[in-house]
Amino acid sequence: MISQKQLNLSLGLLLVGAMLISLLTGSQTIPLYQAIEESFTGLNGVYGIILTELRIPRTLVAILAGASLGLSGAVMQSLLRNPLASPGLVGSASGAALGAVATLYFGLASLSSLALPMGGIAGALLATLTAYLLAGRDASPLTLILAGVAVNAFALALVSLLLNLAPSPYAVQEIALWMLGSLANISRNELLILLPGTLAGWLLMWRQGHHLDLLTLGEETATSMGVQLIKLRWRLFLAIALAVGSAISVTGSIGFIGLVIPHLIRPLVGYQPSKLLIPSALGGALLLLMADIGVRLIPLTTEIKVGVITSLLGAPFFLWLILNQRRREA
Amino acid sequence: MSHLIGQGLCFKKSGQTILKQIDVHIDQGEVLGLIGPNGAGKSTLLRLLAGVAEPDQGRLTLAGKPVSAFTPKQRAQRIAYLPQLSEIAWPMSVERLVALGRLPHLEHWQQPTTEDMVLIETVMRQTDLIPFRHRAYNTLSGGEQARVQLARALVTEADILLADEPVSALDPAHQLDVMTLLSAYCKTGHAVIIVLHDLALAAHFCTRLQLLHQGATLAEGSVESVLSDQHLETAYAIAINSSDKQMQHPFSLPWRRIERDELT
Repeated sequence: MISQKQLNLSLGLLLVGAMLISLLTGSQTIPLYQAIEESFTGLNGVYGIILTELRIPRTLVAILAGASLGLSGAVMQSLLRNPLASPGLVGSASGAALGAVATLYFGLASLSSLALPMGGIAGALLATLTAYLLAGRDASPLTLILAGVAVNAFALALVSLLLNLAPSPYAVQEIALWMLGSLANISRNELLILLPGTLAGWLLMWRQGHHLDLLTLGEETATSMGVQLIKLRWRLFLAIALAVGSAISVTGSIGFIGLVIPHLIRPLVGYQPSKLLIPSALGGALLLLMADIGVRLIPLTTEIKVGVITSLLGAPFFLWLILNQRRREA
Repeated sequence: MSHLIGQGLCFKKSGQTILKQIDVHIDQGEVLGLIGPNGAGKSTLLRLLAGVAEPDQGRLTLAGKPVSAFTPKQRAQRIAYLPQLSEIAWPMSVERLVALGRLPHLEHWQQPTTEDMVLIETVMRQTDLIPFRHRAYNTLSGGEQARVQLARALVTEADILLADEPVSALDPAHQLDVMTLLSAYCKTGHAVIIVLHDLALAAHFCTRLQLLHQGATLAEGSVESVLSDQHLETAYAIAINSSDKQMQHPFSLPWRRIERDELT
């Protein structure tokens, strides 16, 4: 087995490599050296603008959003002791989608560039809170999961309702395209919108690894070993709502990263939850960035949305996961 | 002064009374056996003492202070709890699982120290787990899993260990090993409260017994005074044969572990 350090280092190096490729990839080929020179010397050359206004923000958003999804998936699976839990399980992703779509529907999104992400984050927080309250204070993980399923279904039904009632075909298209999930048209603005919620979420997840390790032993044993389960759930659900809500609000729906990445990494860290967190963040960032590079390289006139790619790859993997688990249990 | 004292503990669940006015106490060096039929409230009493459930009435004091005066972490350093059934969420290795028992003593960012590792090694040897140290928990037999859980609780080095039927999945040899180990643990300044169904083991290893019946204490005190025919008949509705007369079947009572070199 490779050590924790080696794993983090290899994922980190791969991420740096992918970052460089991401900066160089796009419809316009740019000479990197010249672009850097232009952006640093303040010469407003076209290469410098492409690099600083488009490529760097797009790359950083992919890294931050992917890391949030991978990390939140690892946290959610460890918290609920369930390998099939996704970061959106208790409502953060569908809530964010509903919040964002509502701002598009009511025309708030065109008033301010902040409206859509703010709506998304508010939706994520509200949906998570609803699922938590619905499940009750001493809920078992299963009750929480069922409450999450109900909230997700209701939020997505409301999204459908808004699509249904949309005033014009243009509005329908705008909503539908947003929901596909994309990193195109990302600018520095989106990066700044993404940053606070992401960092706040990460900060709340910081140093909770031991608690997640203890949960491996069961909730009662963990409680007897000093874990305050209700406090821990509040803290981590809030963290996930902030991080995933921010990510989804900026990128649109991007599925499966949070589910798949912790799964791939878990055997490499000896299944220990605390050791899963950093590699899952790095892995999530790497996967989303690579998928986004892939999207830019596919030679089609209509750019395929990155959310479509992650779901196309993620869904078969999910199936394989379930079949594999069933076979092991049989 | 008793180390852990519960006074007048009451507990209800879904309107049903599980425990009514139970007093319990344990001092350093004691092995207190909780016995009684299924549903008598033994496991619930242990859960209250472990802080996993809150009593509806009654007080709990630890080292002379109410348990509420301790933070969850301080309490976890002093009281270790080994529940009857607990499912492990991930197929972690035996060694890593046992090491989790040290976490109540570590800060959030700390890894186990060399001293922690030495202790983990010692306890794994005592619980006969060295051959399995790198095996995934889910690949072990029920008895092996029970020993992993016990080792996890022992490495916490808590003043008081609360163990709910830790030997019921074990073969007679390992039952004797575990009970001997727990007796030795108590002689080093610790205390154990253990739920047992095997009355012979209870008589053999416990320094004091408490017999629960329908959520209340039926008898408490020395092994001889608690294990009277009358008490056992009331609690379990069974007739007891304490002598070797009336015996129609071979009767084997595991008594002592034989070292391997004694066998050859």
